Amino acid sequence: MSQADDRIDAARILARTLGPGGPELSCEECFAELDRYVELELAGADADGSVPGMRAHLAGCPACDEDHRSLLGLLGDG
Amino acid sequence: MVELHALLLKAARFEVNRRRASLPHLRGDDHEDLAQQSADDALLAVLGKLGEFRGESRFTTWAYKFALLEAGVKVRRRAWQGREVPLEDEAWAVLADARRGVSGEAETRDLIEALGEEIERSLSAHQRAVLVAVTLNDVPIDVLAERLGSSRGALYKTLHDARRKLRAALAERGFDTAERDRSEQR
Ligand SMILES: [Zn+2]
Repeated sequence: MSQADDRIDAARILARTLGPGGPELSCEECFAELDRYVELELAGADADGSVPGMRAHLAGCPACDEDHRSLLGLLGDG
Repeated sequence: MVELHALLLKAARFEVNRRRASLPHLRGDDHEDLAQQSADDALLAVLGKLGEFRGESRFTTWAYKFALLEAGVKVRRRAWQGREVPLEDEAWAVLADARRGVSGEAETRDLIEALGEEIERSLSAHQRAVLVAVTLNDVPIDVLAERLGSSRGALYKTLHDARRKLRAALAERGFDTAERDRSEQR
C-alpha cells in the first residue's frame, strides 16, 4: 500500500470513530426530513440551510447515508 | 392501493438492484422476493404513517423513502446472514495497521494510539461494542440492531454518545479534534 493510501486509511478511521464534530440530527429526524432534503438538493436549493444537522448526520451515520444516496439515485434516474 | 404498491415495488427493486453485488449468493428469484417483501412491508409502513405526510415533498418521494429503507435493511441483513459479527480483537488490528501506516507522522500516529486507549478506557462495554462494530469492523448498524434486539436509532444514539466521550477524552489529553474537522473541510 502506498503512503497516500495509508494516510487515507488513518483519516478514514479517525473520521469514522470520532464522527462529525457539530450538532446533528438523530436517525429518526433524518428519516423524517429525507424526502424534503433530497428534493431541495435536486432543485439546487439550499438543502443544508433548510435542514440543519442533516449533512453532519449523513457524514456520521453510514446507514442513513446509504438511504440518502438511494433516494437521490432513484429520483435522479427519473 | 395497487398503484401505491407498484410505486413502492419500483423503489424496492431499484434498491435491491443497486446492492446486487453485496448478495452474490442469491439468484434472480431471490432478488425479486426481497423486493416484493420490501414493498409489502413498506406499504404497511406508509399506510400507518399517512397522517404524517404534510406535503413538504411530492407524495411519491415521501413514499419511496419507506421502500428504500425496507429494502436497504433487508439486503444488508441478508448479506450478513449466517455471518458472525467480528470480534473486538479484529478492530485492534485495524487500529494497529493504521498506526503503522502513518508511523512517519508523529501527530496522527499519537492520535490513533490515544484513540485506541480511550476506546478501551473511556467507554462503557456497550458503547465500545457498538463503536467498534460499526466504525472499525464495518458491521452495518441495521445488522447489529437485529443481533442486539435494538434499533438503528437507539444504536446510533449510543454511537453518538461514545464519539462525544472520545472527543472529550482526547481534548483533555491535548489533541485538537475540532481543528482536524476544520482542516478536513478545507
Ligand atoms: Zn442515521
